[in-house]
Amino acid sequence: MAKKILYRGAEAEICLSKYMGKTVVQKRRVKKAYRIKEIDTLLIASRTKEEAKLIAESRSYGVSVPLLYDINLAKGIITMEYLAGKRVKDILNSLDESERKQICRKIGESIARLHNHEIIHGDITTSNMILFNDRIYFIDFGLGCKNGEMEAKGVDLHVLMEAFESTHSKYSHCFEYVFEGYKKQFRGDASAVMKKIEDIVRRGRYR
Amino acid sequence: MICLGIEGTAHSIGVGIIKDVKGHCHILSNLIKTYKPEKGGIHPREAANHHATYIADLISESVQKAGVDFADIDLVSFSQGPGLGPCLRTAATAARALALTLEKPIMGVNHCVAHLEIGRGTVRGCTDPVLLYVSGANTQVIAFAEGKYRVFGETLDIGIGNCLDKFGRAIGLEFPCGPKIEELAKKGSRYLPLPYSIKGMDIAFSGLLTAAENYVSKGQSLEDVCYSMQETTFAMLTEVTERAMAHTEKQEVLLGGGVASNKRLREMVEMMARDRGATFFVPSRDVCVDNGAMIAWLGFLMYDSGLRMSIGESIINQRYRTDMVEVSWRG
Repeated sequence: MAKKILYRGAEAEICLSKYMGKTVVQKRRVKKAYRIKEIDTLLIASRTKEEAKLIAESRSYGVSVPLLYDINLAKGIITMEYLAGKRVKDILNSLDESERKQICRKIGESIARLHNHEIIHGDITTSNMILFNDRIYFIDFGLGCKNGEMEAKGVDLHVLMEAFESTHSKYSHCFEYVFEGYKKQFRGDASAVMKKIEDIVRRGRYR
Repeated sequence: MICLGIEGTAHSIGVGIIKDVKGHCHILSNLIKTYKPEKGGIHPREAANHHATYIADLISESVQKAGVDFADIDLVSFSQGPGLGPCLRTAATAARALALTLEKPIMGVNHCVAHLEIGRGTVRGCTDPVLLYVSGANTQVIAFAEGKYRVFGETLDIGIGNCLDKFGRAIGLEFPCGPKIEELAKKGSRYLPLPYSIKGMDIAFSGLLTAAENYVSKGQSLEDVCYSMQETTFAMLTEVTERAMAHTEKQEVLLGGGVASNKRLREMVEMMARDRGATFFVPSRDVCVDNGAMIAWLGFLMYDSGLRMSIGESIINQRYRTDMVEVSWRG
């Protein structure tokens, strides 16, 4: 099947492809020559499986994610819906403040929905969110896992906080909007999560 | 401009003298003396005593080796942080004494940024890299973005060098353990699964360290454990570096820090770069490890961009973060 590479990420290629007559996206995890076969095979299969499970589950909890069509563990391929939107990373800095605030709140609400069901995304950055049909779609659950611990939730949000500081440094205050949305949807004690984030920041080296 | 730099963040005290030649760093001399504890890890006070013992002679030797006179030195720079307090204070005191005696300006620099800048300054073609900085205390993935050197990923617990040293000590190797582990790993072939811990672009080693020690206490061969440990930790490091490259869309990768001497790590990062169509750079070993030349070079860059520092401002900062540095010398 003809494939057109949309994006070459660190661990996978995102290709445009056809599936039963439909335009779809394929996430193909590529073999890495730098790591030994034992590690490579294990990482590719386990990450593909875990990612597909998390995407399916997230959808059932009302978080916007691409529809899944097919999963091939041996080859490390997930075939899913094509979202013709824009990465939040690319648009966030150019929005006006009220739009930015609204989007950030939505992001926070979705993260809370994931965390309410012990889903840890594992790589919440603005590169992994797509704005499409007025919804924020979460993609790339490749480093995700199921974990109900406060620590995991804190680390998950901390990744986003760092992404704001590095990629959107002029708008790093937006993390506060994210947290407002989070607080609104989160069923547990959101202030305890915030405390955890502060712990993690302090634990980092040379803070 | 000729600049003398004093490095003293941890176990090494170093004095380097550099000259800028058309925007490149020309190293005139670069001497290092390293404190080796009789047992255990670095004792900060003992390390500082070591540095105080050798610094004066190192300065004289470095000047002599560079073939310059003290009067030729235009600037004195030193490692302002991050690092061990007593060591930093010793290097800073020496730098202040020298600058005041010579009546020349002083410049305190960030040690982590110096590791990156010496790559750009000494390796031809290296202009805008993602740096994988791997040493005893530090494990960071650093790149230039929006006016600063930002940390895109780092260890959440211990540095990779520290992880290797701790493991090495547990199995009775001498400090520094990295090279010995590298030798043992060459003879290993059986992969023993170890925790592969990546969180976003950050990594953690402490769980893996415990698991590796457990394998040894259960009688697995040292060679196989060392092999598995290197393969796992280095794959993690290479992966986060690649993630940072994808994220920042940069086409160059630079290695730095003492662990950059490891051939297997070099090989893995180089393979990753090649497969991405990116370029791999590693400076020569003497400027990869903690050294005075890199401190001198960054001091020059800062001074040349118009920055000035008074003696009063030359106070050390043990927690001097990479992203605290205002990068005035890059557009």
